[in-house]
Amino acid sequence: MSELNIERDHASLAEDFNKDEKRVNWHDKTLWFIREKRDKAAWQIPEWEQLREHASHIKNHVLANLYDYLLEFERKAKENGVIIHWAETPEEHNAIVQSILKKYHVNKIVKSKSMLTEECHLNKFLEQHGIEVVDTDLGERIVQLANEPPSHIVLPCIHWKKEEIGVLFHKHLRTPEGNADPQFLTHAARVHLREHFLTSKVAITGVNFAVAETGEFVVCTNEGNADLGAHLADVHIACMGIEKIIPKRKDLAVFLRLLARSATGQPITTYSSHFRKPRVGQEMHIVLLDNGRSKRLASDDFRNALKCIRCGACFNTCPVYRRSGGHSYHTAIAGPIGSILAPAWDIKKNSDLPFASTLCGSCSNVCPVKIDIHNQLYKWRQEIVRNGYVSTKKKVSMNFMELILSNPLLFTLSGWIGRKILTYLPFIVNNNFNPWYKQREMPIPPKESFRSWYQKNKQH
Amino acid sequence: MTSRDRILQTVKKNQPVYTEGPSEIKHTEPANALEKFKNVLVSIGGAVLEIQSLGEVKQFIEKTFPNVQHIISSVSQLPYTKVLQQSVVSPHDFKHIQIAILEGKFGVAENGAVWLTENAMLDRALPFICENLILIVPAIKIVPTLHEAYYLTDAEQYNFGTFIAGPSKTADIEQSLVLGAHGPKSLTVFLLH
Ligand code: SF4
Repeated sequence: MSELNIERDHASLAEDFNKDEKRVNWHDKTLWFIREKRDKAAWQIPEWEQLREHASHIKNHVLANLYDYLLEFERKAKENGVIIHWAETPEEHNAIVQSILKKYHVNKIVKSKSMLTEECHLNKFLEQHGIEVVDTDLGERIVQLANEPPSHIVLPCIHWKKEEIGVLFHKHLRTPEGNADPQFLTHAARVHLREHFLTSKVAITGVNFAVAETGEFVVCTNEGNADLGAHLADVHIACMGIEKIIPKRKDLAVFLRLLARSATGQPITTYSSHFRKPRVGQEMHIVLLDNGRSKRLASDDFRNALKCIRCGACFNTCPVYRRSGGHSYHTAIAGPIGSILAPAWDIKKNSDLPFASTLCGSCSNVCPVKIDIHNQLYKWRQEIVRNGYVSTKKKVSMNFMELILSNPLLFTLSGWIGRKILTYLPFIVNNNFNPWYKQREMPIPPKESFRSWYQKNKQH
Repeated sequence: MTSRDRILQTVKKNQPVYTEGPSEIKHTEPANALEKFKNVLVSIGGAVLEIQSLGEVKQFIEKTFPNVQHIISSVSQLPYTKVLQQSVVSPHDFKHIQIAILEGKFGVAENGAVWLTENAMLDRALPFICENLILIVPAIKIVPTLHEAYYLTDAEQYNFGTFIAGPSKTADIEQSLVLGAHGPKSLTVFLLH
């Protein structure tokens, strides 16, 4: 897998993405269409808001009792005959996976979608150690063949056109040149991946939910690739973050009702598989990863991000994501949630991401577990500025804004100046030094401020 | 100290206090669960037929899949091969199966899903590796929502269980829906009265 671009920041990568306006419009529209499907699905459930509230409550409760639930889950899973591993860091996680593969002398594995293995850069690590990783989710296989990371956590190749996939498959799967029919290409991938399913001794899957009460874990897919991989392999390795625990089976009802509807507008994914015990003769492993999650629990400001169920709804609704594309976030998880997760992994490298937002709050409105994403973006900005990880240009303007916003007289005055500038000296803002102006037209200034209009009109 | 102990200790030290009690969910049940189940299943690419006897399944197969050779069934009243668990060497042996007929425990009206557990699958791989899947579900066993579904299966002892809602599918190529991604290309649910 190719490296993510960490040399350049979100704004400059987004600028690349915006060079092709037609493509940006198409990307924007496609994602908005999915957001609308989510709305339609949600509106069909009268108790939707209660479900969100309840899901948020369950997650808060889990985070406050995570120690006990982790122990309970471990005990139950062990009773079920599953082998449990704990990893503090991505390096340790990858080394655990590698040691299991070594025991079985395999040089190839199949893997279904797992954002956690993206977070750990597992593919790259295994490939460096001579193990071929075959991603089996169609979208993930497409970006893998193209040597790219996924650009969306639910729709990994949402930025690819079918004609381009046709060319890619012609090169790698020998499909006829010029064939870009989705049905045909999907079938070609099915045949190609079926061969890998049948010849892999080890399968890796992610985990959507892990139930403390029973030690079982649930994996959701539409394609059936997690199941095919796991049931055909001698060894199944499931990788999960320690925050994926939920207390009871009955809680699954709440989360499964929310997950697919939030993600794509489907009432449920095609397969929601509950793995409790390995099948006879099979070995089942679970790797539990921390990677900073336990530290984050202590933070009142940022703990909430640990409630995420990776549905992708915040991506689809985000005006910045839709118009800048997943790769401009240069991190394993893009979009609004990625922008509040990534700074905790590496504040220096990802200091630009909390700024890749308009703080409109649309993400928080759709989030099925009610994470206050836009508040956290704002808090990360403060954290980043406090720690000096922001470019001087941004710092100057932010200090300036703080001065103005905290002083009513200056605020009134600056509004007046702003309206005059837009009217008489528009080139001061409509220039290339103002990144906001790129891909945008500055608005026509109002004749009067809301404040003075309100003063004048409130008497009536 | 091992990584496990260090992680657990940090979690214990850092986990917040949260005392709010659970909120109530008063969920609404669809008025006619059976109709809802049928409509939803069709909308997600499945087919659904109400039948009075198992004989109708055989007729359906003869009509819809006239030239199919490899049919396997867990339903003893149907005249198809049953591979007994012991004689199966590996789940790979099912790779040529064109039609698998299995019994689902119940269906869920709100999402068109059918619940089945390992002992009704012949093999865990079968519902996923076969080309066409047929599920037989008692028509009276349609629950309104997932809440009832989990209530129903709470005491159940299974090693592996799954909800199956429609045929395997993907929309990864430009959001065009294609049935038959990796698993079955078709799913037919028979609701047996
Ligand atoms: S933050 Fe919320 S909306 Fe975004 S992926 Fe996570 S659960 Fe979904």
